[in-house]
Amino acid sequence: MVLIETVNLSKKYAEREVLKNVNLKIERAEVFALIGPTGAGKTTLIRILDLLEAPSSGQFFFNGEDVSSHQVDRLALKRRMSYVHQRPLVFNMNVFDNVACGLRWRHLNSSIIKRKTEEALDLVGMASFRNGSAKTLSGGEMQRIAIARALVTEPEVLFLDEPTANMDPVSTAKVEEVLAHIINQRKTTIIMSTHNMSQGQRMANRLGTLIGGELLQTGTVSDIFNQPQNRAVAEFVGVENIIRGVVEGKDNELASIAVNGEKITAISNLPVGEKVDVLIRPEYIVFSSTPASGSARNVFKCQVNRINTIGSSVRIEATCGFPLLGVITVQSAQELGISIGKEIYASFKATAIHVIKRWN
Amino acid sequence: MDQILVGFAKAFQLIVSFDPEVMEITGRTLAIAVLSCLVSTLFCIPLGSLIHFRNFRGKRVLINVIQTFYSMPTVVVGLMIFIFFSRVGGPFGVFNLMFTPTIMVIGQVILISPIVLGLTVAALSGVEKGVFETASSLGASRIQATLLVIREARYAILSAVTLGFGRAISEVGLALMIGGNIAGYTRVITTAIAMETSKGNVELSIALGIILIILALLVNIILNRLQQK
Repeated sequence: MVLIETVNLSKKYAEREVLKNVNLKIERAEVFALIGPTGAGKTTLIRILDLLEAPSSGQFFFNGEDVSSHQVDRLALKRRMSYVHQRPLVFNMNVFDNVACGLRWRHLNSSIIKRKTEEALDLVGMASFRNGSAKTLSGGEMQRIAIARALVTEPEVLFLDEPTANMDPVSTAKVEEVLAHIINQRKTTIIMSTHNMSQGQRMANRLGTLIGGELLQTGTVSDIFNQPQNRAVAEFVGVENIIRGVVEGKDNELASIAVNGEKITAISNLPVGEKVDVLIRPEYIVFSSTPASGSARNVFKCQVNRINTIGSSVRIEATCGFPLLGVITVQSAQELGISIGKEIYASFKATAIHVIKRWN
Repeated sequence: MDQILVGFAKAFQLIVSFDPEVMEITGRTLAIAVLSCLVSTLFCIPLGSLIHFRNFRGKRVLINVIQTFYSMPTVVVGLMIFIFFSRVGGPFGVFNLMFTPTIMVIGQVILISPIVLGLTVAALSGVEKGVFETASSLGASRIQATLLVIREARYAILSAVTLGFGRAISEVGLALMIGGNIAGYTRVITTAIAMETSKGNVELSIALGIILIILALLVNIILNRLQQK
């Protein structure tokens, strides 16, 4: 059942259009992550959905009800939602009162307030801090209080705007653990924004890629990461090999794509003559010192241009008639004796390639 | 130097002996200053919130005007009140308020309100911008979110009230001009000091001055205690 729906939602600040015709449907109990670079419009979209801002044009439906309608009781509607802001903000009062304030604003009786607040503090693992001043907590602890404060009112939808931005890895892990627990325990609809792709991947059932104010693609984690529908999404989700080519021949689903005088075989239903971008994730490329004898249809002789070791992996930039970037382990690199200028073979399967139509 | 020591001794004697006249003047001084401060606070906090939360044309100019009135001379306020409340030709003369404690409260409210109002606006501006919005996103109504912002600014607002109280209890020109320093009716510590000094009764003036400072100190201690809560 659709809980939130936007139709051609746009937002302009003066002449700057920060959201462009966003069409989005969120199901009840779904965990949806908006991913996109900083400044893509994620916060603006969440603020509109939480009724903190009005859209410049378009419609927004909550549970089938048009939110822009004058008949809607906006306060009652707001009380069905909660929002955890990017920067943890606590009020200048103790931890218990911080978490309880949403319930007090709803005029619940004190025994219910006490019980629910204590449950929420337990949920985020902050029960022992209940009497301490919230202002003295660390950033991660403040964010857990903010999450408890947002959850204590049992909202139908919880908005999380970059909940771990600017946090150290330990605090990030703790906040993510709390969120994972909430996702498993409660059936709250969660809409979160993040520029951290792996966080989106870990937490959400479905992702939406918002770039330059446009919702370019929505889908499962696998759809977005393995089959990006355009170059901007591909670049954002870390497809570092985006190679321009033209479909030269077809054999059923197999397409032969001309790339700088070389031919790449990939699965595609695009017609012959179509200009395309060939997308290959670096981790799908296998390097070897002799031509690989496996099932890979694409084998190219390459020359190593650059080697960059990051932790336990090595990024290899090579020229194979076209530039290609691959990632292998340090151990594999040592076994292959990789060095700049060395000739090696790169191979990848036709199924590891995603081909998209090129518009320019 | 001897005069100061004698003044201290006299002050001590007046306090421990609960001198009826001094007690009466002290009580009136405190009552007028506290009442003025209370009235001013009661309308300056809502008005300050209105100025802070509403965006309107001329808002910056209005704040500048309020800040200019921080340093308004007490005698100018006295003069204006005299003109408006004078029994001879004053538009509010019919109320017959001149030379009463009531007009002294009105005068002090006018005197200290720019300070309480201006510093309330500044205190609210100092609250983190996200507080109102966070409250709103947690289901607070506009009034509930506004009250939260005021609560967050409580220490700075209390400082504004403390400053207003300090100005009210220490001013003399206004009290003299519109109160008239009538014994047993409108005489307060500052006007009594002015009168006793002009009579050459310096020791008593010093004693009253010390009592005034002790009074201000006690009120400030109470307000500071409230701030720390």
